[in-house]
Amino acid sequence: MPSKVDTDTTVDAGSARPAMVAPRYRLQLNDYVVYIVFAAVLVIFAVTIGDKGFLTVTNLFNITRTTSMIAVMAVAMTFVISAGELDLSVGSTAALAALTSALAMQAGYGVAGGVAAAVLSGLAVGALNGFFVTFVNIPSFLVTLGMLQFVRGLDMRVTYTKPVAVADSAFNGIFGLGSVAGIPSLFLWSLLAAALGHVVLKYTPFGRAVLATGGNRLAARYSGINTARTKFICFLISGGAAALAGMLYSGMMQTARYNFGTGAELAAIAAVILGGTSLFGGKGTIIGTFVGALLIGTINNGLIIMGLDVSEQNMVAGAIIILAVAFGRKPAN
Amino acid sequence: MVESNIVDMQGIEMVFDGIKVLKKASFSLRRGEVHALMGGNGAGKSTLMKILTGVYRKDAGTVSIDGRVVETAGLVEAERAGVAMIFQEFSLVPTLTVAQNIFLTREPRAGRAFLNDAEAVRRARALLAELGVDIDPRTPVERLSVGLCQMVEIAKALSKNARILVMDEPTASLSDSETGALFKLVDRLKLSGISIVYISHRMAEVFAVCDRITVLRDGETVLTDDCANLSMEQLVNAMLGGTTGASMSWRSRDHALGAKPVLEVENLSLDGHFEQVNFSLRPGEIVGLAGLMGSGRTEIAETIFGIRSPTTGQVRVDGKPINNNRDAIEAGVGLVPENRRTQGLVLDHSLRENVMLPNLKRFTRGFLLDDAAGTDTARDFISRLKIKTDSPDKIARMLSGGNQQKIVLAKWLARQPKVLILDEPTMGVDIGAKSDIIEIVRTLATAGAAVLVISSEFEELLAMSDRLLVIQGGRLVKEFDRRDIESEEVLHHAVQG
Repeated sequence: MPSKVDTDTTVDAGSARPAMVAPRYRLQLNDYVVYIVFAAVLVIFAVTIGDKGFLTVTNLFNITRTTSMIAVMAVAMTFVISAGELDLSVGSTAALAALTSALAMQAGYGVAGGVAAAVLSGLAVGALNGFFVTFVNIPSFLVTLGMLQFVRGLDMRVTYTKPVAVADSAFNGIFGLGSVAGIPSLFLWSLLAAALGHVVLKYTPFGRAVLATGGNRLAARYSGINTARTKFICFLISGGAAALAGMLYSGMMQTARYNFGTGAELAAIAAVILGGTSLFGGKGTIIGTFVGALLIGTINNGLIIMGLDVSEQNMVAGAIIILAVAFGRKPAN
Repeated sequence: MVESNIVDMQGIEMVFDGIKVLKKASFSLRRGEVHALMGGNGAGKSTLMKILTGVYRKDAGTVSIDGRVVETAGLVEAERAGVAMIFQEFSLVPTLTVAQNIFLTREPRAGRAFLNDAEAVRRARALLAELGVDIDPRTPVERLSVGLCQMVEIAKALSKNARILVMDEPTASLSDSETGALFKLVDRLKLSGISIVYISHRMAEVFAVCDRITVLRDGETVLTDDCANLSMEQLVNAMLGGTTGASMSWRSRDHALGAKPVLEVENLSLDGHFEQVNFSLRPGEIVGLAGLMGSGRTEIAETIFGIRSPTTGQVRVDGKPINNNRDAIEAGVGLVPENRRTQGLVLDHSLRENVMLPNLKRFTRGFLLDDAAGTDTARDFISRLKIKTDSPDKIARMLSGGNQQKIVLAKWLARQPKVLILDEPTMGVDIGAKSDIIEIVRTLATAGAAVLVISSEFEELLAMSDRLLVIQGGRLVKEFDRRDIESEEVLHHAVQG
């Protein structure tokens, strides 16, 4: 049977009837669901496991520390998703950056050399993703799915899966274990990424171009936006953020391993969507993403304190993500 | 009389958002006849047919099919009554084969659980042979041309025992040979007793394939007669009616005739769309580009705007060559595109954000966007263009078509364009917004901009243009000074060729 909507796509001036067009608004609730759920989760954990150490300052900082890598990648992912694309390669890219920086420092290039190696590897992967998506016109899902696997293979190949120690105490202090005024540097990095991301997405011409490209690529193009360049830059940002996340992993662990960030791309995407960014592009919020990442970290932390094992943690965390998103959606008609 | 009518629609009324789109419209279709339904944009042709095919529910009047009054709207009911609308490629699944498409949801089975594709292919082949269409039923639809897709649509409708086919602008995107094939098929269908409603504004075609013609104007049936009794003049008169509002009457405007052209189009060609197009626009001038849908008029606009690259030729603004979209925009060219929903607006963004979009550079202070300045500009246009909205932060999707179109205009007016191209600027817009838009364009030209207007509505073209270019099959064939055109008929004749 022919689809009903089709009848309305035939061009006819006289019958432009708004009622026939399926609207795609989401309930206002969706914009705030991440804050509501985050508050609810905090209250539930405070009541149930507050006395088991959940509420201590150490634990709360611990949550922010373990969340920071996901938060950094999720901030960049917000740009990619707002532009109507997806980047599945960030987890393995983070591991690549961790390894290249560790190897550079081991070879005596110092902290600056290590950082440069990490950033260059991240940008290289981002540029490749961007090239295949914008110039070869392959859907980003496929490009970055392939890249996820390719780079993870590369991670394993670089040292034949052997971990590389990071001995530089300055590097570990800056990216891992240090703190400023009592606040863990890992948390500060994620705050910095979120603040920068928020300003760029919301208040710069580039951010507006990203949202317009994801909202309606054709209209953006007809408005003079270079949509290919905009998308390309989003992938560069994503690669760069993955590099930072990689250094945070290795700084925290004082070592670099090929399996860093396994599954991180999915956690980052979940944080973005939980935060209220539209999976279809055009609408994005960095603050929501940041809280989304904290939410995921808090759930994992609370479940560990509750004594659930990894299998149970996965099940509960997955269920909470689905329910939270469902809670914010208008029921389909 | 009533007995020989397979469809009888009497006193049909239809109200959208308080506007009466159809008032006392009537239409009848005889068995085995091809009946043209004509009228200007917004005359109500498509609405009337959507009532027949069950898409819309009428507000008053009666519809009878085969002498039986049909009450409820609904596609299923319409299908049961034997009515089918023929779409172009839209309602086929491109990845499925012709046979799979024809029998979609009614596939022949092998046993209870399995589909019998071989049987579907056999039946489809028989059906297509009966129609005299040479397509292998195993071909995926995505490999077919638009014309062949339409044939598949027809076959699909007939496989459901449709006896009444409604074709809406069936030749709009067909090549000449495809059009010929379609006409042959229409004759064949007619002989086998199928009745056809043929919506078109191409008069030559209508006279070639139709038996009778009904003309709608402003939601009313103003004429029904045999083709043989009608001349092109009578048809044009019936469609126009001779009533024009104040904004619709042409006013002679002064612009410096000797001024240097701001836009020059030289030998511009785009393969498959238009060839060797030459014209120029002077500051302060409004030039109309008249042509049928598919004549290449939209492609010309998009090529000037740099969204398409010409095969040969050159566009210049103020003497400087335009090689891409960025050049065009920086040189002061703006385009209000044909489809405001898909090309003009980011519908889920606010009015302000849409207005700012082509002007991001201008609204940047340091590294940051100056949204406050954007709000001021949006407010300014809300009052200047009379946009009905409660705030500049209103999401564009929530506004009516006319107000949406004004936002698209504001996007480019905010750049103070030297050349503004408008493609169907008032399509789907109510009459109030339409005269507003016409006034806005006049003001812009008076302020010194050159304007190129593309429209299917000759009334509108004649109201605005100082000069008219006529395009036919991708070639500029005529140029008129507005003063030399005494009536819309002249333009109708010129466009029809």
